[in-house]
Parts: sequence; structure tokens; C-alpha cells
Amino acid sequence: MIVKARAVKLGDNVDTDVILPGKYLALTDPTELREHAMEGISPGFASKFVDGAVIVAGENFGQGSSREHAAIALKAAAVKCVVAESFARIFYRNAINIGLPAVECPGILTRVADGDQVSVDLEQGQIMNLNTGRTANTVPISPHLLQVLNDGGIIEHLKKKRAHQ
Amino acid sequence: MDWNRREPVVNIIEKTLAKASDREQVRPGEIVEARIDSAMVHDITGPLAVESWKKLEETKVWDPERIVVVFDHFLPPPTEQAAKLQKMMRDFVDEQGIRNFYDIGRGGVCHQVMPEKGHVHPGDVIVGADSHTCTYGAFGAFSTGIGSTEMAAVFATGHLWFKVPRTIRVNVRGSFAPFVMAKDLILLVLGKLGVSGANYRGIEFTGQTVEEMSIAGRMTLCNMSIEAGAKTGVVAPDVKTAEYLGASSSNSFESLRSDGDSAYERTIEIDASTLSPQVARPHSPDNVAPIEEIPESRIDQAFLGSCTNGRTEDLRIAAKILDGKRVHDHTRLIVTPASQDVYQNCLEEGLLEIFIQSGAIVTNPGCGICIGIHLGVLAPGDVCVSSSNRNFVGRMGSPQAKIFLASPATVAASAITGRITDPRKLS
Repeated sequence: MIVKARAVKLGDNVDTDVILPGKYLALTDPTELREHAMEGISPGFASKFVDGAVIVAGENFGQGSSREHAAIALKAAAVKCVVAESFARIFYRNAINIGLPAVECPGILTRVADGDQVSVDLEQGQIMNLNTGRTANTVPISPHLLQVLNDGGIIEHLKKKRAHQ
Repeated sequence: MDWNRREPVVNIIEKTLAKASDREQVRPGEIVEARIDSAMVHDITGPLAVESWKKLEETKVWDPERIVVVFDHFLPPPTEQAAKLQKMMRDFVDEQGIRNFYDIGRGGVCHQVMPEKGHVHPGDVIVGADSHTCTYGAFGAFSTGIGSTEMAAVFATGHLWFKVPRTIRVNVRGSFAPFVMAKDLILLVLGKLGVSGANYRGIEFTGQTVEEMSIAGRMTLCNMSIEAGAKTGVVAPDVKTAEYLGASSSNSFESLRSDGDSAYERTIEIDASTLSPQVARPHSPDNVAPIEEIPESRIDQAFLGSCTNGRTEDLRIAAKILDGKRVHDHTRLIVTPASQDVYQNCLEEGLLEIFIQSGAIVTNPGCGICIGIHLGVLAPGDVCVSSSNRNFVGRMGSPQAKIFLASPATVAASAITGRITDPRKLS
């Protein structure tokens, strides 16, 4: 799986209250949730993702609440992948489970500027900055998780597995 | 980690995960498939879990007796949309024959209700679709927060995979000074570890101070372990745990004790006897300083409650400080007991009268204020001192509001003076 899109850069410790504020937690429809993605930074921030984006973030992305609404809102807002120095563990699991690629890549913040075109090769664990030609290598995603992502999330993955049995 | 050791030296988390996955022994880093003893959802994460579960085209959950549904975030529902989510969950509960269901007026905040109603036991593996599920480590359980879709998989299979975490020990000696509480200790720990300092790890709290601590205090410690990124927080079960759970002895918990020093990645030693009240400044739970270093900021709102500090013990110490005093004219104090049982205790002990006489408002149990949904949302420019667990931007309402996290004693003292105040000065 290779993802190509424009980078939207964020800092360290981006929490799920910022990604999707609590007042929208009565929403479950992804098309409604996406309007409010990253609203904790500024209203209308989600419009930055509209044409497809790769979030490039610092340490501990997605800390705090277990609300899956945060990962759903980002995916529905056309975020194709999140590459971060590190992730908070519940967000990481949620992202993979709903089919939003999440890649841990120490050092990524120094290699990508906001707005750069980036290409993320999940299988090879390689992130290329298409503006500078520089690459960053990280641990490739495990074959099992790659399969889950290719199937579109854990639910589709389980259904497919069951159909094969 | 001593890999050459002859006798396996393992800790309580490893012992619990080994048992739940039918293994002799597990080591940090290993992936295990564990049996789930209890799975909890509430009125925000439950509907998404049910939607995902329905996509699996299953007809029956794996075990309705092991699923617990608690309404607490929209208590009672502030909007039609929230009411619809609760209605959908009631239909699910009926259809699946789930008896462990705590509707409006029957329970309260899920992390208080779970142990109160007997859904937590030492050695259990418990998952909840809420990040503060780590609270039940206070009873010697392995408990952790998961997402809704993952919960759908648990509803279907009753199992979940875990990576066995490395464990940090926090070893605490000495007795707290008066009006210093478990909250001050965990804030100090968060200041030391940082918000990602225990990411992917477990934290075990040990030592004399923890042994002497009430179950309520232990719950506060384990509850905020997630604020350091931890997978879970845990305290070895003992005679106090047995007493809370109504067991006749704690003998059966012996197998759940950690073996020794080398069972940990590292140990943080803390002397509680010199600890001051601690405060986490905006906008992060690890932005912690002793109260002596906090400027006496004017506060508009004070909040007593939440899964972190809404228990009878918490409200009792706050009432002791507020007794016969008035909440400051420019400050509003909101008191939210964590559960119906806590509410009842407060009524019987006369605490509600003290709160009302002081000029506080007492709300029904729930999570609404802590998460910025209802029952006390902050306006732009508001400054709040809160006994809850998170002070992220916009957590309790406006992104232009500021939240200071502190103990129930500090919140009560601050409500009286209208400024962040050391509770030791008022007593």
C-alpha cells in the first residue's frame, strides 16, 4: 500500500479532544464528524484535508480519550495516513481498526515541511518527501496489520476471514 | 530485565495476562490472546460499537453476562441526538438479554459503577470502550481502554490480543500531610513521567503509602495512569480490596503479587511525607507544579467530581473544608457525585447540605462537565480548577478557557477564596 498526498504538519501530543471536541460525540455519521476534524485547533481546519492529506505529527499523537470518533473524523475528512514520531496506543489501534493507516517514524518532523508532497510506502516502511527527494525509513508495518488496512479495517477483515473459512 | 535468571521473576500484570491466555508465563513484548472477563461500553462509545458489531452480521453476543452497559456521558440526555443514541442502546440491551445495564438513575459514572456493582475482581482481564478503564487496576485487575470497533470484535469473540507491556513501578513511602491526597501523588508522578512517559507500559503502585491508602485513593492513582500514556495502572490486591469486595479473606490474592525488583523496567521512588498539594496548569496534565509555585490565579468555576475524584471520600474532605463557609462571589462551584450510591452516601452523611449551604450546585452523577458536553460548560476566558483528569485545550468547553487540575481539597479551598488556594492554609 502506497499513499501519496500533501503533508499537513502538526506538533507533539495532539490529543483527541483537539482532534474531535467532546461536544460532537453524539454524532456517529462520518460525513457529519468530518466537518469538525481538528476543530480544537481552529474552526474549519478540516478544509485543509479536503483534497487528501498525510498528517505529519510529533510525539504521542492521539493522546487522551479512547473516542474512535477522532480517527473516523480524520479518515472521513480525507486524511489518507498519519505519520507521527510516536502514537498514543489507543489511537493507534483505533486508526488501524477503522482502516486509517498510521505509521510511526522517528525523525519525520525534521524531514517534511507543511505542504510538501509525500509518499508513504507502508510495506517497505519508507516515507519519501517528493519536494526534496529525501527519504525516511522506518519499521515496515506488520503483514497482519497491512492485511487489515488493505481490507478496509478490522470489521471487513473479520468478515473476509470468515467467508474464507 | 534479567534474562539469565533461573526462577522467573514476574509481576502482577504478566501473571494476569498469562492466566487469561492459558500460558505458564509471558514476557514483555509478547503478543497474547486473552480471554475477556468483562467488557464495558457507555452511551458514547456503545452506539459505535453496536454499529460495528452489526456490520459483522452476528446475531448473538459471545456472553451477555460479561457485557456491561452504563449510561453516564449524557446523563440525562441534553439533546435529541443523545437521547436517540441511548434509545438505540436500550434496544440492543433488550435484544441481547444484557442484564448488567445501568440506565439513568440506576448507576452513574461507569468507572465508579463497575466496581460498586461487582463487575471487577482481582486477576480479571477487563476492557472498556473508555480510556479511563485503567481505573480497575486499583483492585488488582488488568484493565485497559479500547476503541468501539475493537469492542465489536470482543462482543463477537470474547477475546482480544495484547502486547504484554513492560512495567514501571512507582514505590511510595511515608504518610501524606493533612489535606494532601492520592490526586497530589498522581499529579507528581505525571509531572515526572510526562504525558507519554509510560506509553505502551504498565504502572504498578507499591509501598507503604499505597498499602495504607483507601480503595478510593488507589482508584485515583490507577485512573490517571492513562494520562502518562499507560496501558494500565495496578495495585496488588490486599485485605482492603477483600473488604471492599465483601470477600472473607485476601488469601486467594496471594498469587497476584509481583515477585520482586527485577520484574520492572524501572522503579520511581517517592517520599509522600514531604509532598505538597500539586496542580497541573493549562493545557496538559503533566504541566505540574507544587501549589507554592502556582500564582494565586482568579478562578471562575470549580468542579468537584469525575471518575478521578467524585467518590464519597473525595466529597467528604471537600465538605470538611467548605463546612460553614461560602463559595466566593465571583466563583461557581459544581459538585457531581460519581454515582447514585455516592450521591446517597453524601445525603446520609449530610455532605449535600454543606455543599448547598455553601452556595454550590449539586448535579446528578455523570461525565458531562468533565468532557465539555453539558452541566457546566466553560465560556471563552473562563478559568476553572477541577478535580477531573484532563485539561487539554477545549476539554471542558471553549478552547479559550483554562483548566487547572487539582485535588478535591484544593478545589474546595479555591472555591472559597475564588483563587487557587492551598487547602492547608484554610484548615
